[in-house]
Order: sequence, then structure tokens, then C-alpha cells
Amino acid sequence: MEKKRDKKSISRRNFLKTAGAAAIVAAGLSTMPGRGDRKRSTAGDSEPSGEMTYRTNPKTGEKVSILGYGCMRWPTLYGSADDELDQEQVNRLVDYAIAHGVNYFDTSPAYCKGQSERVTGNALKRHPRDKFFIATKLSNFDPSTWSHDGSMKIYRHSFEALQVDYIDYYLLHGVGMGRDGMAELRAKYIDNDMLDFLLKEREAGRIRNLGFSYHGDIKVFDYLLSQHDRYKWDFVQIQMNYLDWRHAKEINPRNTNAEYLYGELASRGIPAVIMEPLLGGRLSKVHDHVVARLKQREPTQSVASWAFRFAGSYPDVLTVLSGMTYMEHLQDNVKTYSPLKPLTEEELGFLFDTADLMMQYPLIPCNDCKYCMPCPYGIDIPSILTHYNKCVNEGNVSEDVQAENYRRARRAFLVGYDRSVPKLRQANHCIGCRQCVPHCPQGIDIPGELHRIDGFVEKLKQGKL
Amino acid sequence: MLRKIRIALAVLFFTAVTLLFLDFTGTLHTWLGWTAKIQFLPALLAMNFVVVAVLVLLTLLLGRVYCSVICPLGVFQDIVAWLSKRNRKKRYTYSPAKSYLRWGVLVVFIAVMALGVTSLAAIIAPYSAYGRIAGNLFAPVYALGNNLLAYVAERAGSYAFYEKEVWIRSIPTFIVAVATFVVIVALAWRGGRTYCNTICPVGTVLGFLSRFSWLKPVIDKSACIDCKSCVRKCKASCIDIENHRIDYSRCVACMDCIDTCPKGAVHYVHPKRSQASAAEGAKTGENTPDVSRRRFLTVAAAMTTTSMLKAQEMKVDGGLAVIEDKKIPERKTPIVPAGALSARHFANHCTACQLCVSECQNDVLRPASELSRFMQPEMSYERGYCRPECVRCSEVCPAGAIRPISVEEKSSTQIGHAVWVRENCIPLTDGVSCGNCARHCPSGAIQMVPSVPGDESSVRIPVVNVERCIGCGACENLCPARPFSAIYVEGNSVHRTV
Repeated sequence: MEKKRDKKSISRRNFLKTAGAAAIVAAGLSTMPGRGDRKRSTAGDSEPSGEMTYRTNPKTGEKVSILGYGCMRWPTLYGSADDELDQEQVNRLVDYAIAHGVNYFDTSPAYCKGQSERVTGNALKRHPRDKFFIATKLSNFDPSTWSHDGSMKIYRHSFEALQVDYIDYYLLHGVGMGRDGMAELRAKYIDNDMLDFLLKEREAGRIRNLGFSYHGDIKVFDYLLSQHDRYKWDFVQIQMNYLDWRHAKEINPRNTNAEYLYGELASRGIPAVIMEPLLGGRLSKVHDHVVARLKQREPTQSVASWAFRFAGSYPDVLTVLSGMTYMEHLQDNVKTYSPLKPLTEEELGFLFDTADLMMQYPLIPCNDCKYCMPCPYGIDIPSILTHYNKCVNEGNVSEDVQAENYRRARRAFLVGYDRSVPKLRQANHCIGCRQCVPHCPQGIDIPGELHRIDGFVEKLKQGKL
Repeated sequence: MLRKIRIALAVLFFTAVTLLFLDFTGTLHTWLGWTAKIQFLPALLAMNFVVVAVLVLLTLLLGRVYCSVICPLGVFQDIVAWLSKRNRKKRYTYSPAKSYLRWGVLVVFIAVMALGVTSLAAIIAPYSAYGRIAGNLFAPVYALGNNLLAYVAERAGSYAFYEKEVWIRSIPTFIVAVATFVVIVALAWRGGRTYCNTICPVGTVLGFLSRFSWLKPVIDKSACIDCKSCVRKCKASCIDIENHRIDYSRCVACMDCIDTCPKGAVHYVHPKRSQASAAEGAKTGENTPDVSRRRFLTVAAAMTTTSMLKAQEMKVDGGLAVIEDKKIPERKTPIVPAGALSARHFANHCTACQLCVSECQNDVLRPASELSRFMQPEMSYERGYCRPECVRCSEVCPAGAIRPISVEEKSSTQIGHAVWVRENCIPLTDGVSCGNCARHCPSGAIQMVPSVPGDESSVRIPVVNVERCIGCGACENLCPARPFSAIYVEGNSVHRTV
């Protein structure tokens, strides 16, 4: 019997059909180690092993999936000059997500060149309204929309685009950004009475939970939390991941470590919604050394899964947002969170050591969110910065001409540069007008970095590194 | 045997010269550059007397082997004739020489050259005519093939190929190239070496010399059976079998007759008595194409979008601002590459073969449309600028119009100077800080100074120190003002060293 079954499994593997059979029989079947493993035709682990993990909103008692869908990176139609979104693919992603227990969808009037709300609404409309929670924001970035009327237009438009009559989670978008965080907070939400209006909307039930998303100036974060008794924040959205936990300030003095942000929220019992758990893919596209390190521990788990487990391991986290463009990313994240295996103390320590290691690579902290775009002078800022990071990770940024791989790295950098960024949109066209700087949630000195990369390219071209 | 040697050598030379025009990576000219430098007319213009002397001696020794082996246009005609023969039972016949036409064209050619309009004369010069065909017709096809490979390589994650932009550098020159191509193919298809023996000035000069050459094909009257096999094979139509004579001024020493004679009656030997053939008269023909002028370009440029580049409001994320194409400013003096010494030296030596245009990887060089410099290259910076590390055009020029120059010499050669246009300057029009010209000037000739004298907080504008400016065009190319840059380069008619 034993023999028969083994024979059958062997015959499935065509390449061993003739030569292998005899050899295996000769080797002695009963003593062959691990033969049971060979019965799997694939790794077979794309499907989750259990149910999605949920967290409870302390105010409403509703169960929110630990994986939230970030609607900032929806797929675009192939070859579309306008970056038009691919509604059909979005529908497929949303259907899969809901079928696997995801129920939190986070969008904004500004995302995907303003198309995200409409496309997300179209996809969600095909499901019962009680199957999902929708989060959107008051994205009044442009000074022309700072007036009460201008902001109201944005608020009203969200209901229309999303095709809903109430919004589950509504956020003040990106407080703390801009040249003067406090001044902008007052101009955008307080002086124009928008915040008071939103509080009334919450009472009326058109907004079920009110919160804010925060980047940048810590004074604004502290101020809004100090006013918690007055505003009763239902949730707050912060950037948190194992790199920013203790290194955010080191990466950019303007920013604050996530450890502090989360601690402040947890001490007040305010649920945290996590954004940038993967830093726009930077914690997935890591240096080969880091890949090897993480994969050694969990060979079958993705590099990204570590970042998601990290964010999910904190109990006051309501949901972890991920902008999943591809079905494979969605499947991987669903798998990580169905169910969530919280990190052990030892694993946490290991991850912090990994973060220390990653700090040694001179990456630019760009998450490709495109808030800086469009550059009025046509520069493709995110593409330039991501190309640079890619080359750092692949070891194609050589330090000097003497380096062993100089010629290969030089070619890879320059040819890859022309491929990823059209000539007229490259860093040498950056005039340093600094109009992009206040828009960057990561507080990157964009013109400074572009000029540095341009200087590097110039040296590569002249062979004078 | 002789014929096979001739064909093998011809294929080698032809491939090498053609590759020179096709290769845009700049790697081949180190190995093959000499094949352009041994061309007769460029060598003469470069005053490369060693090459000229060798070619003259070669002709006096072996006949016009230059025409059948070294000259790419000659080999190109042989290829066309060969293709035409494969299609039908085409045979050549003897025709008397059209000497008046040949010498007439040569006299006009020399006269035009002497008047200093080298560019016009160059239209019928064989090597540069082929260069224009290769550069304008073959190179784009080659580049498109490369781009296909680059497309595949990009998807395979390979950096072996990179994309090369394909664009027509000058419509008039392109038209001339197409016209030349059509005429040459038509002539070669019907009558073999008609062009070489009626129009080509080099052919006329070498033909005169080859009448006195030491070795030539000679018909052995006693062995000849008058079968006319050789006559039918002779693409130069120069075998007069009635008299068993060959017109050596037209014979290009292709050795076909020797190979084809069933009786082996034709020998490549030193004849006992050389005979010069008489020539029949013909009228002088002139061939000056009608040239459409700069208007051509202006119309094309005007048809492109004129929408102003405008800062988009930051209401939504993502997207790319539209970038308007740059237009060519009206330069008073054309810019020619470092090594050209002066506009006059350049105009007098350049045969407009377009080799430098094909080699220019920065899309700076392109043929001029203006009549007096027609098809001779000039520089312009709306697509790229003359990069400090590149001296390729000076390395490849076979005619000495752009003399060889080192990177160091180039960095101190002033080929032009930058001029600021206040009305276009972004800090003044848009009120933002810029300084992109100053940041990229390789010679540090540009400084940013306050627009209001003494007011350090006012927006900064560029000032040019013309003593340090070398005219490379980095400022013009990288200026954000569009369609006309706020800083552009005006050529120097005589280059200086700074």
C-alpha cells in the first residue's frame, strides 16, 4: 500500500518517471526522509489559514478589520495618459477584500488625482451598506478652499462621489503639514468654523466618528489632543512602523517618533488608525541584506508581513491601512492578518535591530504618495526619488570610480534613470522654487535631494566620481 | 579570384562606414573611424596629403579600386545593381563616354568650392551623399530596432540596451537625402555606375588618373571570341568589344570581366601600349536642388502646442504638468563645435557628410537649413547641450572641419556666449527662486545677484561673465522658461581660448 501511493506521487512528477523510479526503489522507500512533503504541487499558501482579526471601536462597539484598505494607490488603466483608474480591477480588489473580512476603506477627495472617492464609491455601492465602513477626509490643501464655502464644497462632494448618506470615519486631513502647522490648522479648520460644523454633523449622525490624520509639526498634535475633552476625538490616524517607531526624528528632525504618538493616544484611550505601515513599500523593497535577515527567520512569509504584524501587535490600533494596488499584495496582507500573530518580545527586539540596520542605508524617506505633485515645472519628483532608492537597495550607487562594480553600477543607474524618468522631468530641471516642500508629509527637503541626485548623475556622466 | 577579393574588401569597407553612421554609443569610431578619414574628398579638404597621395598612388598603380572598394556610395550602387540583376535578365551594353558632361560637372564643382560654398558642392560629393543617406534613412531604422530591443530589455530587467530618441534633425536635409537616394537607386538599377562616370567629381578625377595606371584589365585580341559576356557584365559600360578596347577612365577595376570571360581572354596586367579613349561630347548639366528655407522649421514649430506651462493648482495629488517644447532662438551667429576654429574654417572644410550629426549623443548637432551653410551642421540646445565630457564630433570628422580636440581643450574653448533675456526669466515672471543656469554652468560663468541692487531679499537673477562662458548651452537647455529660454547662446564667429 505504502509503495503504491508513493509510486503514484512519483508518476505525477513526470521528469522522474523512468530514471527516478528505479533509483528510489533501490534507495529503500521506508527510510527516505521527508517524503510526505513532496506531495504538494505548490506552496499552496496564498489562502489565509483562518479568520480575519477584528478590533472593537470603544465608542460604537463595531468590529473593524485589522486590515484597512487604503484607497490612495488604486491601479490605473494600462497606457492611460491621464492615469485613469481601472474601475473593473478596483471592483475585483474590493470584492476580494470584503469576501475575506476587510471592512474599512480609507479614501480622500485628493487621492489619485481626485478620482479615488468616485471609484471607491462605485465599487462599494455593489455591497450592502452595513458590510463596510468608509473613511474620507476634508482635504482642503489649496488656500482657495480654506474658506467656509470652499471647504463645504469639498465636504458635500464626498457624499456625492461616494454615493452614501453618512460617513463612518471623517478626518481633518494632514494636520501639522505646511510651513506653519498651527497657523494652517487655524486657517483650515477653526477660523472658518469647519470644525464646529463637523462636530454638529457628528451629532446629526452624518459623521459617525470624527478624527484627524497627522504629519509633521508635533505642536499641532499635542494641541489637538489637549483639546480632547472638547472635541472628543473618536480616532486619530498616525504614521507608525518599525522604522518610525524610534527613528522618525533621526530621519527628519521635523518628525516625531511613532512611539510617542501611539503612547499619547493609548494613554487617552483613543483608537489609532495606522498609515504608512510599510512606508509606501519601502519596508518591502529593502536592501538585500535586510531581505536575507528577515527571510532567514520566516522563509515562507513576505518581507512586508513583518511590517504588518508590527503595526497590528499594538492593542489600541483600530486598523492598519495599506494601499494595495495589486491583488497579490491584498492576498499577502489578508494572509498576514487572518489571523494576526502578534510579535513576541523577542521578535520585536529583532525587528528593532533590523530597523537600526536599515538606518545605515542612505535612503530618501519618500513613500511615493504624490502629494508633492504636480510639480509646476514638470519634474517627476516621486519617480526620481524612488529610482534613487531602488539603486541604493540594489547596490548601484557606487561611492567612487575605484569601486569594484563601478562600471556596471554606473550603467544601471544612468540607463535606469532615463527609463524611469523622461529626460525633461529629471532632477536637472528642478529650479529649486520650493513649492513642493510644504506638501511633503515626510518633510523631505525635495529640492535639496533633487539637486544632490543631479550632482551625482552629473559626476557619473563625466566619470568624475 | 580578383573579383572575390574586391567584393570581400568592398563589403568590409562598406559595413564599417555604414556602422559609423548607425552606431550611437560612440564605441565604434575608435576602431572604424579611419574608414571615414581615408575618403578622397574629406581627406583633400582636411589637407590630409598623406591620404590623398596614397589614394593617387593606388589609382596610378591599380586603377579606380577606390571607387569599387573604399567609396561607400560606389559599393552601395553595386549592391543596387546586383539586386536589379537578380530580378531580370538585365545586361549592360557599351556606351561612349560623356566626357563633356563629366568635365563640365567637375569644373562647376571646383568653381562652387572655390567660391566658398562647400555645402552646395557637397550635394554631389560621393562620400557625404552616402553619409546623408545612411544618417537620415538607415540610422533611424537602426535606432528603432534598437529601441525595440531596449523595450524588451527593460521588461527583462536588463541594462544592455537603452532607448535612443529618433527625430528628423532637418527637413530640407532629409529631403535632399531622400532625393539622392532615389536618384542613385534609379541610376544604379538601370545602368550600374552611371553616377560615378557622369556626375561624380571624384570619379572624374580618379578616372583621369586611372588611364595611366600600371595594372589594368586588358583584352587579349587573339583569345577573344567576341561573345560579349564581358560587355554584358560591365556596370561601367566601358568595354568597346568591337575594337577590343576598354575606357580606363570609367573602368572601376571591379574585375567582373576577368571573372566572366569564358576564354580567360581578359587579364589584369600592365599593357604594352596604353590607349586612351576618345570621348563623345555632351552638354553640361547642373544639379542644384530647390531648397526650402528656415520657414520650413518655423511652420513645423508653430504647429506644435503653444499652451503655456502653468502651475497647476494643488487641489488633488499626483499628475504631471504639461511641458511645452522649446523653440530655437534666432541666433545671429550660428554655433559650431569646439575644434571648428571659426565659422569660416568650418564652412570651407565641411562636406556635410552628417557623421558628426549621427555621432552627437546629446541631440545638439543638426544640419543647417540656411542656403550658404546648407546641410553643414550647426548647434542648438533645445534638446540637449554640449556636454563637457564629450568630444566625439571632433574625433570622427574626416574633413578636418572639426579638428581633434581634448576634453581639457574643449573646456577652455569659447564657441559662443550666453545672453540673458530679462522678459523670460522665471524669478521675474513667476516670482520664485531659480538659479538653474548658475547651478549647471560647467565653467562657473553665471552668478545669481539680487534683482533690486543692494536688496539682498529680492529675487535673484543670473548675470553672465562672458569672459568665462564657453557657450556649451547647459544654461539654455536647462532654463525652465518655455518655449524660449531666458538665457541663450549666441555663437562666436571665431573661437577663442579662455
